[in-house]
Order: sequence, then structure tokens, then C-alpha cells
Amino acid sequence: MKLDPALRDQILSAVPSLRAFAISLSGNVDRADDLVQETMLRALANIHSFQPGTNMNAWLFTILRNLFRSEYRKRKREVEDTDGTYAEQLKSHPEQLGRIEFEEFRHALAQLPDEQREALILVGASGFSYEEAATICGCAVGTIKSRVNRARNRLARLLAVDNVDEFGPDTATRAVLAGNDR
Amino acid sequence: MTEKKPDKSHVTQMHTAPSAEKAHTGLNREIQVKIGQQLRAMYDGIVQEGVPDRFAELLSKLDKPSEDEGKAE
Repeated sequence: MKLDPALRDQILSAVPSLRAFAISLSGNVDRADDLVQETMLRALANIHSFQPGTNMNAWLFTILRNLFRSEYRKRKREVEDTDGTYAEQLKSHPEQLGRIEFEEFRHALAQLPDEQREALILVGASGFSYEEAATICGCAVGTIKSRVNRARNRLARLLAVDNVDEFGPDTATRAVLAGNDR
Repeated sequence: MTEKKPDKSHVTQMHTAPSAEKAHTGLNREIQVKIGQQLRAMYDGIVQEGVPDRFAELLSKLDKPSEDEGKAE
């Protein structure tokens, strides 16, 4: 197939954010990259249904989100067990965060229900408006708002508890978890 | 009726000690700011990795007329 070069560029430039979304959602780099690849294949196969002039990023995020929710949800338990692989697989982890802090945040994020996690990422990191996030998730704007709020509160509780335990017996548990890469 | 009003407000005050609530809200706000920073730091760190080769290759592979299409034309 021959793709309009403008569309091709738009898809390619969306890849870094699609990966960030997929990795943040699934917590696993390999699985996320498969998800991004599948998203690109679906996008190319359905490129005729993309309306030029509309938001390509939002369109691609919708495809990825739906793929994640349909296929990857089944493997949710498995994904959550892969604690530790994520940080190791990433070429770099955020410089402004300590490793333990980064791991704790990731771990807390993974404990959120899918719908809260996706809403928080779309609004809090991907930079979509509540309206755009609602379109991507196929729900009402108010629903997105309440999911984002619940996600933030849940994370705050999880991370507040972690801080209290910083030097407690949990540190040993965490070290074991961090060393377990499967 | 008028007697009950002060009673009610008294009860409410006892349940939500204003200073404690204020401290909790402050702490919560601090944590919220941190959560936002951590989320973006994690996300942006991945974005900065750019486009891995496999995706650029995939796109250029798919973005070519296949052999069959070439023959048909």
C-alpha cells in the first residue's frame, strides 16, 4: 500500500508517545512495543477511516487503548507479576527520581484499576484535555474527571503509606521484588 | 428548632477538627504535586527514547507497493 507521506510522518511522530502510553498502561516494555506495532498495523489497515485534519494522536491512542482493553486485559495478572522488568528494560529511567522512588511510583500505578490508570495517564501525562480523553475512552467527560480524581487519591494513599514504611521491614520485601525479574 | 442549630454545629466541629483537616489537605496537595511530577517524569523519559528502529522499519516496509500491486499495474 502507498501511504500519504503526511500521514506517514504523523504516525511516525506519534510513536514515542504511543510507547509511553502503552508502557505506562501495561507496565511491560516488550508487551507495550507489541501493542504499538499492532496499533500501527490497525491504523494503516484502517487509514481510510481517519479524517484528515482531525487529531491523529487521539485517533491512534484510541486504537491502542481499545487493543489494550480487549487483548491485554486478559493477561492483566501476568503483567502485574513482571515487577522489576520494566525499569531494567528501559534504557534510562527518569533522572530526577531516585530508583526506589521510581519503582514505588510504578508499583502504585500498576495497582490502579485499568480505567483509572488510563484516565490519569491521558490527562496527567499525555496532555489530552478531559474531552479528548473521554473520546479516547468512549465515556462521558464527567466519568473521566471522577476517574482521574479517584486515581490521584488512590495513588496518594498508596505512596503516603510507602513513605511511612521507607525504612521499615518492607524495604527487604521490596529488595526481593526488585531482584525478581520474572 | 433554634436550639438545635448550635448543637449541630458543635457536633460537626468535633468531627472535623479544623487544624487536623487543614494539615491533611496540605499534605495531600503536596503528594498530589509529587504524583504529577513523577507521572510526567516517567512518561517523558519514555517519549525521549524516540522511535525505536523496529517501528521506522515496519512503516517503511508497509509503505511500499507490494510485488502483486506492481505486477497489476
